Amino acid sequence: MRRIAALLLLAAGPVLVLGVLFVLPVTGMVSEGFVVDGRFAPGEVLEVLARPRVHRVAWFTVWSSAVATLVAVVLGLPAAYALHRLALPGRAAVRAAMLVPFVLPTVVVGVAFRQLLGEGGPLGFLGLDGTPVAIICGLVFFNVAVVIRTVGVAWESLDPRPGQAAAALGASPWQVLRTVTLPALRPAIVGAASVVFLFCATAFGIVLTLGGVRHATVETEIYLLTTTIFDLRAASALSVLQIVVVVGLLALAARLRAVPDPTAQRTVTPPRAVRRADVPVVVATTLVLLAVLLPILTLVVGSLSVGDGWGLANYRALTTPGDDQVLLVPVTSALATSLRTAVDATWMSLLLGVMVATIVTRRSHSVAERRVRSTLDGFFMLPLGVSAVTLGFGFLITLDHPPLDLRDSPLLVPMAQALVALPLVVRTLTPVLGGIDDRQRQAAASLGASPLRTLLTVDVPVVWKPMLAASGFAFAASLGEFGATSFLARDTSPTLPVVIFRLIGHPGEMNYGMALAASVVLAVTTAVVMLAVERLRVPGVGAF
Amino acid sequence: MVLQLSDVTVRYGDTVAVDDVSLELETGQVLAVLGPSGCGKSTLLRAVAGLEPLSGGSISWDGADLAGVPTHKRGFALMFQDGQLFAHLSVARNVAYALRLRRVPSARVASRLRELLALVGLEGYDDRLPGTLSGGERQRVALARALAVEPRLILLDEPLSALDATLRERLATDLRSILHAAGTTALLVTHDHEEAFALADRLAVMRGGRVVQDGAIDEVWRAPVDEDTALFLGYARVVRDDAAVAVLAVAGLPPAPAVALRRSALVVSGSDGIEARVDSARVTPEQVRLVVDAAGIGTLDAVAPLGSRVAPGDEVTLRVDVTRLAVLPITARP
Repeated sequence: MRRIAALLLLAAGPVLVLGVLFVLPVTGMVSEGFVVDGRFAPGEVLEVLARPRVHRVAWFTVWSSAVATLVAVVLGLPAAYALHRLALPGRAAVRAAMLVPFVLPTVVVGVAFRQLLGEGGPLGFLGLDGTPVAIICGLVFFNVAVVIRTVGVAWESLDPRPGQAAAALGASPWQVLRTVTLPALRPAIVGAASVVFLFCATAFGIVLTLGGVRHATVETEIYLLTTTIFDLRAASALSVLQIVVVVGLLALAARLRAVPDPTAQRTVTPPRAVRRADVPVVVATTLVLLAVLLPILTLVVGSLSVGDGWGLANYRALTTPGDDQVLLVPVTSALATSLRTAVDATWMSLLLGVMVATIVTRRSHSVAERRVRSTLDGFFMLPLGVSAVTLGFGFLITLDHPPLDLRDSPLLVPMAQALVALPLVVRTLTPVLGGIDDRQRQAAASLGASPLRTLLTVDVPVVWKPMLAASGFAFAASLGEFGATSFLARDTSPTLPVVIFRLIGHPGEMNYGMALAASVVLAVTTAVVMLAVERLRVPGVGAF
Repeated sequence: MVLQLSDVTVRYGDTVAVDDVSLELETGQVLAVLGPSGCGKSTLLRAVAGLEPLSGGSISWDGADLAGVPTHKRGFALMFQDGQLFAHLSVARNVAYALRLRRVPSARVASRLRELLALVGLEGYDDRLPGTLSGGERQRVALARALAVEPRLILLDEPLSALDATLRERLATDLRSILHAAGTTALLVTHDHEEAFALADRLAVMRGGRVVQDGAIDEVWRAPVDEDTALFLGYARVVRDDAAVAVLAVAGLPPAPAVALRRSALVVSGSDGIEARVDSARVTPEQVRLVVDAAGIGTLDAVAPLGSRVAPGDEVTLRVDVTRLAVLPITARP
């Protein structure tokens, strides 16, 4: 009983925070759809869901995500093999380069692809700008790293001996792949695919910048309905639809994902020399690498081109509010806002994440305690199931009036971003904390260590690196966060992604050049943070 | 001669795992490579399987060099220490794996499967998954899988050492009769001399990447080439110089610089022999094991029949069993 009381006391903080900052906004948003004039009226929601445009939007979301997932898996598998199993020269650098798209802010990805595929871009002659193909390309670009990472890490720790046994039984390399290796990798592949599908289906920045109004997914449609058509009821109906689908998908993904035993020692097979038979794989990997580098290079080149020549004019213009005063503040002050916001969001999500991870990983001593713990576990994972746009929308309609009027608080945006980053932090810390054998703590205690001393001896040495990595993740996620921020950022203090989106939405060559330059600045900032995280070498980070 | 290894060397960077090893193996024979862990025996086995590239020397089969022949075209089945069954396939699918690869007609597969499962004593296990089997059953399935397509050579990597003692003994007997019944040529590596004796006809002792002795199993057993080999083959103790001469004199053998003794080489008996005082006595199911201190010789191991009342401090007389000692050619410890 004492233990449960202590547990509940420890959980009270995070539960309260999540209650106010998550449950309240989301229920507020849901009731916006279901409650009309104080009455429960689900008919309106059904009416919205019956609209032809909603059908079109839902169908587009499903098929574009499915195609993008398929392409990402097909491109990612050979690269995962080449980068995690073969001793290729410059392997570490290529692996880092492949990870870059995933950490790029989605708005930047969108801008890069517009620059690549738009009129006058290197691939402009294909006429793909504004088509679903462009959106799918952007989604694949963003997500292929997830496949490479997740499958690559699994492939790396795959025991090579069953494959060798099969070869000794007469299986050719292709037969070994088909009958032994792929079945063993299936959990990782299915896990990666389901996560990628989820990311594609809830993608916001990429779809909004590349698809606009014409090719909307559920996520961007919620945004458009709220901000341009002001049809809150329809937006709320779509949010409900999305929550239901995403939570369902998450439950499915959790069941399909192989949960690695954290206590098992992970062995990494040393990479082997490249043979002639590996040439197709290496060629495929090189093509994927080029496809990843091309949009990034185009973006950088575009930001440096001024009129007919080259120069830093676009970067110098970042100190101005743009042509025709599109912005209320110069881009540089938006960057400062972004950094400040990211710092706040990082400490918030880290504080909350450490508490949550500690609560859910401690061993339960009784059935009742375990029940309480698993209920809390499920509760804390809820933000994962709700899209950023829904969250931002919820904040907008519930936290803007007494008793909780946060509309003018400088902490509103960081709070939303912290919630978006929370699952990332928890995902990074939970396996590490869960992997610490409780008997280590008992051993320390039996040798006379106080609880604090035990924490310092057992937990801290294991956890500090993952905590640093989690902070980096939260920081990067916050820097690039666009879904929730686009609702909440005030025009007088926008973040960098919001500014970039405004700039590309307004005509004027200078504005466009500034958007490219700002994208490069944002991309470099995020990439630096992520490379620092990568150097920490926390196992499994970035694998879902 | 079928399998021939000539001057085989395998290097990992600067370390030489297998150093200039030459071995031969005839059809139908079982050769055990015996050595402590880290001696390079598993690397040697993997080299034969085609899983490790050679840094020098050659491996040939029937006179044809195997360099450049990939593992799957060698026709050598490899059985791992822990079986390495494919966890996602049933027992039947595992055993029939190689048959299916070769597109054997399904009726033939079914009959061969029945045959193989009967051979390893696992009838009716067809639909079980590897995860539901005991360690011994898994090894049997691995063996049936390796034998399925009648490999030219079967390579066994410590096939029994993952098992507990009783199971190991039982499966060793089975394995030997299965290998003989199938007439399979086999190369076995192990660190356990019992396993080697239970399965092999010929023995090669490996140490530090080199083969230090090889020959028919009883020859190697009777005449270990040096002290370390003797101890590794299960001899309990090596005595040298005067002590060796004293022991050999009692056995009626000519003097030699060193002699390796089994634990049971010295037996308590009434008649004259080595006089010794008992230091300790321990009862085992087979006999009473003694450690004695013999005048002018030093500490020795000895045995007494079960039921004999021997206690520490007693004076005993020991006779020497000449079949349980080995005269060593050299004295210097390598």
